[in-house]
Amino acid sequence: MALRIGCAAPPGNSRNNRTGSWRTFKPIFDYESCTVCGICQSICPEACINLVDEQYVPDYAFCKGCGMCANECSAASITMILEEK
Amino acid sequence: MLQILEGSVAVAEAVKRCKPDVISAYPITPQTHIVERLAEMAADGEVEGEYICVESEFSALSACLGASAAGSRVYSATSAQGLILMAEVCFNVSGMRQPIVMTIANRALGAPLSIWNDQQDSLALRDSGWIQIYAEDVQEATDLHFIAYKVCEDHRVLLPAFVCFDGFILSHTYEPVDIPDQALVDKYLPAFKPYNMLDAKNPLSMGMYATPDYYHEFRYEHEMAMRRSADVLREAGAEFGKIFGRDYSKLVEGYRLEDAEIALIALGSVCGTIKDAIDEMREAGIKVGLLKLRAFRPFPADELKQALQGIKKIAIVEKNLSPGSRMLGAVGLEVKDAINDSSVSVLSYVTGLGGRDIRKQSIHDIVDACREGKGDMFYGLREEIL
Repeated sequence: MALRIGCAAPPGNSRNNRTGSWRTFKPIFDYESCTVCGICQSICPEACINLVDEQYVPDYAFCKGCGMCANECSAASITMILEEK
Repeated sequence: MLQILEGSVAVAEAVKRCKPDVISAYPITPQTHIVERLAEMAADGEVEGEYICVESEFSALSACLGASAAGSRVYSATSAQGLILMAEVCFNVSGMRQPIVMTIANRALGAPLSIWNDQQDSLALRDSGWIQIYAEDVQEATDLHFIAYKVCEDHRVLLPAFVCFDGFILSHTYEPVDIPDQALVDKYLPAFKPYNMLDAKNPLSMGMYATPDYYHEFRYEHEMAMRRSADVLREAGAEFGKIFGRDYSKLVEGYRLEDAEIALIALGSVCGTIKDAIDEMREAGIKVGLLKLRAFRPFPADELKQALQGIKKIAIVEKNLSPGSRMLGAVGLEVKDAINDSSVSVLSYVTGLGGRDIRKQSIHDIVDACREGKGDMFYGLREEIL
């Protein structure tokens, strides 16, 4: 009730909305050919690709599977595969 | 002390005494005199709140919504095309549970263009989630504004309200009216205490979207608030009566109903004409009475059914049209549902659309038709131009 008045939400609340369930195609990263250029991270509209131990890793809890990273990857290291659930 | 005031001026005087922090409205006939007067009051410093001039009704209610979310007591007024231009914002205001009070000077909707009175505008927004209360005369229109703010801002409710009064018939008519003293109004209606508000020190986003996991529950809580508002309206109406001497604790009001066999049901100013017609019919031995609906949303179904015990025939004076509905009007459907008894005949009479006068003779004719079992029809059609 408290937050429903005003359809209100505190800052940072969008982290609770785990949009990964929307995904149909899942980006798979091939780190053999990846040049770690960072285009995938800068293009990701969900800002859910993080640099972990010098590798770009998508956070599948939030990745909606839009495929922009795969489309823009200069080394063609990202493949979108149909995700069976 | 009674003063002779035009309905719109009386409403403006009432709004001034409610001390709104923000007023935003766009002029439209027949609401214009209310906001003209309030703009003068704001310019003269009689109203301390800010008067925001805008370029459309959509902007007016949007400005009101923002101001309300920022914790202000807010007022607007409109009519007809203005109200339907606000329609999208109306749903946002009620969904966001902002207690905005808006006067509707009821007017017919175009096309064909008409500036004259019926109640199509507010009834077209029946499902917009706003409380809807209707005034019979200028005094009631004045008083309902104080009550509306008290109910809307109650944390058990937190909904917006239309205070509806018939365009021209009430908005432009001079009547003796008692405008309550400011000190008493302040006692009845203390300063607005927002439930939550936009505040840079405690950041909050408002008007968020809701996924299918949440939307359903928002709507349920909206409905529960509307249901709770019926008792809060009764409470606020009773408290108003104690302080100001005019009781509004009932959401329906009976007139000569006690031993009546036929009941007329209506919203708004036509109730005055109906009362005079009833007095004449009573003298002629016809057992007829009136049930005036003060609240249309929430619809006081139980109170209405209780007040109509023993009535055999009901005639609804409909100043609206729901095209394609068997009963033709929005009020009849509600009444028929509330009565839910096949031994009682509930018939609708669409009349007075687009400012066509409803005279005492019209009421006599409607009662005659009702007694003969003829209804769910347009009354007073000019057959010669069809």
